[in-house]
Amino acid sequence: MGLNLLTICYLVASVTFILGLKMLSNPVSARRGNLIAAAGMLVAIIGTIFLYRNTETGEHLHNYAWIFGGLAIGGIIGTMAARKVKMTAMPEMVSLFNGMGGACAALISLVEFNHLSKELSLNNSSEFVSSIQPTVLIIVLGLIIGSVSFAGSMIAWGKLNGKVKDFSFTGQNILNLIILAVALGAGAYLVIHPAHSFLLYGILALALMYGVLFVMPIGGADMPVVISLLNSFTGVAAACGGFLYDNKVMLTGGILVGAAGTLLTILMCKAMNRSLINVLVGSFGGSSSSAATTGGKDQGHYKEISLNDAATIMSYANKVMIVPGYGLAVAQAQHACHELEKVLTEKGVEVNYAIHPVAGRMPGHMNVLLAEADVSYEKLEEMEQANEEFKTTDVVLILGANDVVNPAAKNDPASPIYGMPILEVELAKNIIVNKRSMKPGYAGIENDLFFQPKTSMLFGDAKKVLQDLLAEIKNV
Amino acid sequence: MQNVLQWITNNQQIIYIVILMIFVGIEVIGRVPSVLHTPLMSGANAIHGVVIIGAIIVMGKAEGDNYLALILGFLAVILGTLNVVGGFVVTDRMLEMFKAKKKK
Repeated sequence: MGLNLLTICYLVASVTFILGLKMLSNPVSARRGNLIAAAGMLVAIIGTIFLYRNTETGEHLHNYAWIFGGLAIGGIIGTMAARKVKMTAMPEMVSLFNGMGGACAALISLVEFNHLSKELSLNNSSEFVSSIQPTVLIIVLGLIIGSVSFAGSMIAWGKLNGKVKDFSFTGQNILNLIILAVALGAGAYLVIHPAHSFLLYGILALALMYGVLFVMPIGGADMPVVISLLNSFTGVAAACGGFLYDNKVMLTGGILVGAAGTLLTILMCKAMNRSLINVLVGSFGGSSSSAATTGGKDQGHYKEISLNDAATIMSYANKVMIVPGYGLAVAQAQHACHELEKVLTEKGVEVNYAIHPVAGRMPGHMNVLLAEADVSYEKLEEMEQANEEFKTTDVVLILGANDVVNPAAKNDPASPIYGMPILEVELAKNIIVNKRSMKPGYAGIENDLFFQPKTSMLFGDAKKVLQDLLAEIKNV
Repeated sequence: MQNVLQWITNNQQIIYIVILMIFVGIEVIGRVPSVLHTPLMSGANAIHGVVIIGAIIVMGKAEGDNYLALILGFLAVILGTLNVVGGFVVTDRMLEMFKAKKKK
């Protein structure tokens, strides 16, 4: 009876996961989809705690104090962290939670292997060894994938919040492949000879190392893609647990995320018009960027604009388009930005926002940020729509965006971002660029836009500049 | 060869699930708009937190004197819960913003 009920719990949970994911891909139903999947997860967890029976001994689970203790600690910390985190730090948070899941899968593998090697020390007949080999294979896979996902996610997290810098050396890709090959080789050996249990710790160390080295050289702008990829890794690691316990809900949930995550990773790459391999191996910067800068000949001079002038041309414009980027997110300038929009609108200026699909550090990042500041949905224009509008726009105000407005993506085949769809801001009459300095953006390449005669620069932190600009505009 | 075929026969249910789920996973998010990439990733992140079930089983099966299993299992439960709870809450917070702006 109990076990049958548990089967139903798992069935319900599996269906909610599929439904939830489906609803998450539509803006109208997304929030409900998330809640439905969460409810399914709750059913599966409670069902497991109270209804699970050991298939061999028929025993219920024990150690309830530990289980509930762990759930309580994890639940409280998780809720607090997720509630407190700033909107700008969301991507980091996702990466961090993803790493936790990977670590969880790796720990399960460690404990289960420990059980197996105990049994093995009592009975090492060849029949027993061959009977546990498939289990060992799954344990090893779960350990490798989970550890790579954990280590990689931690590095991705560190990179996004600026604690870890890009780091690469020649031959790194080859070293990575060697480490991975050794880890897999040791894993295969362990499957054939499960008695060499110490190998498992070697594999663990190698997998962690691989995770670190794999993410290290990839630029911060590509982190969303990497996180999405690691996300699907963790899904597969969870599915390994499903194999291990013949647990259907872990299997469906894990594989579902593994497949959807992989597709999502590819979709993200497509939005930047790059291939996954290009993101993972051919990291931005390095040789390609120097080629782009030299190819771009002498850049000439850029001109700066005073706050007063900027305020004047914006106040007397008919149509202003704001192009937000990562700089806006870093400076937490979304509220100041909304203020500016309101003041300009009061003066009869039409103000809209042009949102590039990969502006910021994550697709949809800008939408979330601006929504936080109560910017109305109708004012956010997607790329195609915005590109139509630029022709009739008087002033484009670029707030900390760089690569997504770089004309090199359109007209310089040597550029590493060549082919990426961009916001064609150069169609507008005036362009004001707010940046902290002339440093290139995350792709590490110069932007010709800044040197065009129509463009003027307004240096400084986005929030500070916007507040000053706001004061000036009120005085105009 | 015999072994492999035998293994496939013995585990055909699981193999079916894996293959079907791969297709479902791809099909289900095929048409997601780029604006939703981040929340979708975050939601998927929460769903693979289902690994918590494994952690609960590990914890619940551990013998009272097996401290390694107890400690690692306990850690696994905490980390898994973090993944699940944090994942769903973060996703909800992101989506809350989408909803708020829809109303206006």
